[in-house]
Amino acid sequence: MISVGSAFVASAVRTATPLALAALGELVVERAGVINISLEGVVLFGAFGALAGATHGGVAGGFAAGVACGILTATVFAVFAVGLRADQIITGTAVTLLAFGATGTLYRAFYGAQGAALSIPTVGPVAIPVLSRIPVVGPGLFEQPLVTYFMYLLIPLLWWWMFRRAVGLSLRAIGESPAAARAAGIAVGRFRMLAILFGGAVGGLAGATLVLAQAGTFAEGMSAGRGFVAIAIVVLGRWHPAGVALASLVFGGASALQFLVQSLGLGIPYQLALALPYVLTLAGIAGVAGRAGAPASLARIDDT
Amino acid sequence: MRGAPRGLRARWGALGLLIAIVAATTLMLSLLGFDVMRAGHALVNGSFGSWYAFGSGTLVRATPLILTGLAVSLAFQSGVFNIGAEGQFLTGAAAASAIALAGSRAPAWVLVTGLLVGGGIAGAAWAWVAAELRARFHVLEVISTIMLNFVAAYLVSFLVRGPLQERTHIYPQTASFVIAARLPRFGSTTRLHIGFAIACAACVVCWWVLRYTAAGFRARVAGANADAAKSAGLIDVRRVTTRVFVVSGALAGLAGAVEVSGVTYALYENISPGFGYTAIAVALLARLDALAVVGTGIFFGALEAGATAMQRDAGVPSVVVSVVEAAVILGMVAADRARVGRWTGRAA
Repeated sequence: MISVGSAFVASAVRTATPLALAALGELVVERAGVINISLEGVVLFGAFGALAGATHGGVAGGFAAGVACGILTATVFAVFAVGLRADQIITGTAVTLLAFGATGTLYRAFYGAQGAALSIPTVGPVAIPVLSRIPVVGPGLFEQPLVTYFMYLLIPLLWWWMFRRAVGLSLRAIGESPAAARAAGIAVGRFRMLAILFGGAVGGLAGATLVLAQAGTFAEGMSAGRGFVAIAIVVLGRWHPAGVALASLVFGGASALQFLVQSLGLGIPYQLALALPYVLTLAGIAGVAGRAGAPASLARIDDT
Repeated sequence: MRGAPRGLRARWGALGLLIAIVAATTLMLSLLGFDVMRAGHALVNGSFGSWYAFGSGTLVRATPLILTGLAVSLAFQSGVFNIGAEGQFLTGAAAASAIALAGSRAPAWVLVTGLLVGGGIAGAAWAWVAAELRARFHVLEVISTIMLNFVAAYLVSFLVRGPLQERTHIYPQTASFVIAARLPRFGSTTRLHIGFAIACAACVVCWWVLRYTAAGFRARVAGANADAAKSAGLIDVRRVTTRVFVVSGALAGLAGAVEVSGVTYALYENISPGFGYTAIAVALLARLDALAVVGTGIFFGALEAGATAMQRDAGVPSVVVSVVEAAVILGMVAADRARVGRWTGRAA
């Protein structure tokens, strides 16, 4: 019998992977003092790009196109939010709406209204020798698609980059005070641009993961709020890579509870189990948001 | 750096980007084999082509957009980023449906008043959660309202498959409301209901309160310059923004109540095709002016009603309207970037 425990861990990691990817990208963006609500649109366009890429260029083409579409969507946001110093939240909402409309139209035009039966190549799990044999948590953590391992690697890499490198210090300085950073000779606008594009690339990868490593197909609006959740996860993880990874896993775990609820037959309506991760996120944010941790200039318009 | 050549260039760049979006959309549609002329014809005909199309299509669609747009413009004006009109709309619709189903024996005027008030209270309560999280725990309302939108959607899903499901338990929706729980219509040949008049009245009242009362002044100042309002000492910004947030939620909740009692006569999943998000475009195009929201609400109502006709007659997917809405929002922030910053009190 495959234990309920290891199925639970596998399901939690599966849900956490795209969330953590998107949230790690958003972490860099927010450390630069920018909140990119269009992350939802980035993930959605990344997913659509992955579908289009995979139908022509296989799995590799799918991932590449997903990343490219994520960057493209983030570019629109960056032009308005950084180039024009427009309000970040309004711009982000608009770009998400744009991605929703554009992917919906393109999808129906290219694949017809009933294109759900499309089959595209997908990636399977790769078991890491020894580690995947660890009881209970082994298969869940170490028998996953390659993109999950990339996410694991990204956590220490980002930490090292943000806290042990001069360039990471510059990034954090911009987030705390763009005016002071500019006075110190840092190119604030360019830094923010690049941070947003990085967030777009990783967010696009998150979208591609949904299509190529999980669903195996695209559906309209399939990001289903994951980009928004990722933004909440950055807060929950207190703007730190390890915290963000942990928060993603907790959200994944809370989502995986619905399977437990169903399999144990406790009689709890499944819609309420589905809502639980969102309620927990809200409660968690209320617990951490008041304390220090947020970049001081977050979401403020830099008009210096 | 303001007004420097770089800013000007960026603005022209943004304008170019917008024209590119609209042109690319049109080009894309024609390249994909859609009949663009026919689509344009259907778009206009389906929204303004006849009195029936205008009254029963455009204005009916505009009603929830005006109310949610008013909710958003009020909140934005006080520096409250209520992205949660969608969730407040849903809770309002759910509460109104519960009242309509429970009180089916009550006289019509009691029932209708009760469900409208109940919907407003439910929307206000939903917004109050985010308002308290903002005031007490400094939780960004953008994040909390979006989370609450999801919770509201699951709540509706639970209700229409659980306690409020119709009697045969086949369809995920409530039973149809009794006649007494339905809003009266303007005559027998139109689908236009008195909810439209309620929405317009709400805009006039909000406009008057914002312009001519002390409470309205406080609400505006809290958004225009929170620091000045605080230092002046006479305005408790925290209390003012919390109240505005709750009133904003009440308006969005009222929109939900009006929609179920005026149009659908039942509650089901996906009852809102994203009214709460379109509302942001409605509010921004109106430059957050309560009276102008009536006009922009009708504009987007026409666009969405026309898009339905466009999909039916020319096969063009109606979701393309979201692209146009996004372009409108981006166009407004590009044209008015300094003002939006001032409106929302977040320009550094």
